[in-house]
Amino acid sequence: MHNIHSILFSKIGKLLRNIGRRMIERVWRLGAGARLFFLTILYSGESFRRFHLTLREIYFTGVMSLLIIIVSAFFVGMVLGLQGYNTLQKYGSSEAIGVLVALSLVRELGPVVTALLFAGRAGTAITAEIGLMKTTEQLSAMEMMAVNPIARVVAPRFWAGVISMPILAALFSMVGVLGGYLVAVPIIGVDDGAFWSQMQANVDVRDDIVNGVIKSVVFGVACTIIALFEGFDAPPTAEGVSHATTRTVVISSLTVLGLDFVLTSFMIVV
Amino acid sequence: MTSNIVEIDNLSFGYKGRLLHKNINMVFPRGKVVAIMGGSGSGKTTLLRLIGGQIKPTKGQVRIGDKVVHEQDRDGIYQLRRTMGMLFQHGALFTDLSVYDNVAFPMRELTDLPESMIRDLVLMKLNAVGLRGAHQLMPAELSGGMARRVALARAVALDPNIIMYDEPFAGLDPISMGVICDLIRSLNDALGATSIIVSHDVKETFLIADYVYFVADGEVAAEGTPHDLMQSTLPFVHQFVHGEKDGPVPFHYPALNYQDELLKRT
Repeated sequence: MHNIHSILFSKIGKLLRNIGRRMIERVWRLGAGARLFFLTILYSGESFRRFHLTLREIYFTGVMSLLIIIVSAFFVGMVLGLQGYNTLQKYGSSEAIGVLVALSLVRELGPVVTALLFAGRAGTAITAEIGLMKTTEQLSAMEMMAVNPIARVVAPRFWAGVISMPILAALFSMVGVLGGYLVAVPIIGVDDGAFWSQMQANVDVRDDIVNGVIKSVVFGVACTIIALFEGFDAPPTAEGVSHATTRTVVISSLTVLGLDFVLTSFMIVV
Repeated sequence: MTSNIVEIDNLSFGYKGRLLHKNINMVFPRGKVVAIMGGSGSGKTTLLRLIGGQIKPTKGQVRIGDKVVHEQDRDGIYQLRRTMGMLFQHGALFTDLSVYDNVAFPMRELTDLPESMIRDLVLMKLNAVGLRGAHQLMPAELSGGMARRVALARAVALDPNIIMYDEPFAGLDPISMGVICDLIRSLNDALGATSIIVSHDVKETFLIADYVYFVADGEVAAEGTPHDLMQSTLPFVHQFVHGEKDGPVPFHYPALNYQDELLKRT
């Protein structure tokens, strides 16, 4: 009996120690991520003084993500048009399809889906690139040359992500509206004028568009810094970089969805 | 002024209470090629990182000129590093930049030289390592030996006073090894620099080094000129220099009694 108790206690002790260790590790990583974020802001001068460094990264993170963003937006817009019409026509308000498509995209789907696609397309590329730079001692070589890797490597990628995300989200919303229009007007036959005029009358610049832009900027900061941190913190092995890349997608996606709820709550209340 | 450009005094370094180095003393005189040798995992590369200020010693100090490395702030460390060049084990070339841009990198980042002058300097450095004709290639298109030579050209791009080499001969074919050997000596003498080589390749290192330190069990086990060490009767040095498989460094990793372990299975 005594033996069973001691085994039970040792198992519970082990479990608690494991939970404690994981918690400490999570808190440590959160702190290290915040530290990288502040250092990135601190050493951002060069990203603007030598803007070509940032422009180059905008090409890799933003321009190279265009295709996936535009194609996804088009399909999302078309599905919204179909589903929206299917529901609205039951209440005799199928002309409101334009408003439904536009508001869904500008307020939520534009920033959120763009951020999720951005994490999968550009975030993973950033993590893998920085992780491999670390593995092949390129970051150490830079340090030994008296070149600060945060100023030279991290900050231009950070600002490229922050600048690219709102532009990509705006493009997503525009192309999505076009997709919705194509399904609703030429295919289903909703009135052209009603589609656009209802959208014009009901989409507010301050409440809808500006809030959408704010969301996409916040998601840009979050997704990019997560991708950069995971790359910077990756153990210098093939397995380490692979795990870091996976973590970038998982953590970025959860962060975007969580932040979306928090931001939406504030935007609706304020 | 002291004739030693780098001095290591009573240096100890370790992680989590376990000391990797214990009271290490070394001097690196100006203009000389000094080698640090020892088995894999003996902390040779860590010594280079301590000299470069990438990590701080647990005790003791590394001095470069009259400056204590670990007492410098970030700007101070960067000032010191501008006088150093380092060749990493696998070159550590920036894979997204061409050979030309790799060598030009420190010039563009750390100086205000006009692009026309950078071009001349890059071509001169590449010519010194015999790869002027490869300046447009990308690192992925280079062999291991060529990559090491480009990295060497980049390491000496700003004519450093101290050049550090981390395992410069590892994984090279005999021809490339000979080329790197010659380059280390000739660049050191041409620049009037001090070279610190970390290596376990006895033949090549002894060929070019003026002085050698042997590191074992975290301490300087032996030191002297290559000639002295070749004659050494110290068991560790003898085993290392002549590549004997058993000796003070045992062939077997510590394990349970062989017979006991085999019988336990049955």
